[in-house]
Amino acid sequence: MKPIIDVVISGWGSYIPIYRLPVEEIARIWGTSVDHIKRELLIYEKSIAGIDEDVATIAVEAAKNSLKRAKINPSELGAVFVGTETKPYAVKPTGTIVAEAIGATPKILAADFEFACKAGTECLQCCIALVGSNMIKYGMAIGADVAEGAPADPLEYSAGSGGTAIIVGNKNYEKEPVALLEGSVSYVTDTPDFWRRPKESYPSHAEAFTGDPAYFKHTISATKLLMEELGLRPSDFKYAVFHQPNGKFPLRVAKMLGFNREQIECGLIVPYVGNLYSGSSLTGFSAVLDIAMPGDRILLVSYGSGAGSDAFSFIVQDGIIAKRDNAPKVMDYIKRKKTIDYAIYCKLRGKIW
Amino acid sequence: MSVPRYWRCIPQRIKMEALKCKSCGKTIYPPRARCIYCGGNDFETYVIPEKGRLISFSIIRHAPIGFEHTTPYVVGIVEFENGLRISSQITDVDINELKIGMEVEQVFRKVTEDGKSGIIQYAIKFRPIFQNI
Repeated sequence: MKPIIDVVISGWGSYIPIYRLPVEEIARIWGTSVDHIKRELLIYEKSIAGIDEDVATIAVEAAKNSLKRAKINPSELGAVFVGTETKPYAVKPTGTIVAEAIGATPKILAADFEFACKAGTECLQCCIALVGSNMIKYGMAIGADVAEGAPADPLEYSAGSGGTAIIVGNKNYEKEPVALLEGSVSYVTDTPDFWRRPKESYPSHAEAFTGDPAYFKHTISATKLLMEELGLRPSDFKYAVFHQPNGKFPLRVAKMLGFNREQIECGLIVPYVGNLYSGSSLTGFSAVLDIAMPGDRILLVSYGSGAGSDAFSFIVQDGIIAKRDNAPKVMDYIKRKKTIDYAIYCKLRGKIW
Repeated sequence: MSVPRYWRCIPQRIKMEALKCKSCGKTIYPPRARCIYCGGNDFETYVIPEKGRLISFSIIRHAPIGFEHTTPYVVGIVEFENGLRISSQITDVDINELKIGMEVEQVFRKVTEDGKSGIIQYAIKFRPIFQNI
């Protein structure tokens, strides 16, 4: 897919909460093997939202960082979309909370998207379509979650908190474009690998079924489709970012597709913050934008259970240099941390009150 | 807090809009119908700066209803360049790291929830400065 008008990224910004829960702490509570968890999941610790944080607060912080880089007046935004599976309200849009907090209301489209871990890139697809059809000047796509796994469930070791906002703009207006969209694809099927029913606190999953017929099939298919449409090969990309439910899956999918470790290492954040769900692939992409240089081609591929993948190809533009240092980088947030124990984790996430 | 009151307070609690009195030039926060310094009622909107300095604080260990599960938490007085002082929660800080004079910056956070089915109240709090950007 490609819009009629050339679309660019005008700004990007991420946010990761300050608290970290090491996997050792979770393993201590449930008597599991730390070595096994680290070897199987390649996760060392996960980010935990503070007691006063939720998807709205994470989204606002990421949005403000993206505005600092885009250098635009918030009133120029024509859409704010928040992709998440942990909405603060079951009914009431997070998008309006974010739009109001950043000063973008009232002439704006605002909505929440849900597609498990790929809701953030769905927002990106929609912003690309709105900007690419000239309906709006700028659109903001946010992927954010305060993900949680049930106590003792394997997901408890990986589910983290954080998010990223991407501002999409029209190439004809943007004086300092960050990256030019080459094209995108979406690939979805009805595959029930992971879900959460209404009123349930924690998601359920089909264990090993989340692998081959779900994550790998959709990620590989979307990536191959995109490369086929654009006539590209893995070696044409400087960086590749895949959805990161754990450290092992993106490494394996990269190898299966013919990408090497160097291409994906810069965007691989899951060992340090866990799976950010809707914010996962977008925050990995943000980490790559933090270091990419003009001319670099970046592949971004999300995966959402249920199931589907969105794949995008971007070419970094000169404007990235002037904008990069206007907001904290993903690595700055990864380094800024306070380690907590399981008891404080339970307090912060409301598990004991 | 009632829903209409929360909604009316969004400009001051989330957008940090104060009032600048056109008669005496003083800034007042939270906004009032009349200037607390000169009694004037002609104002212009003044947006409080992102960064300020913590000039006093108190650690709350016995909290009022709605805040019981968040103890210990910090309420401080933040001073800005123009001398304006406001009270606010200070977040993301270890109470042992608190220092009078420390630089703080705005951050959008949840304040409290009206039970399990009521609205979630958000507002600007302050945290130690992360990066001077």
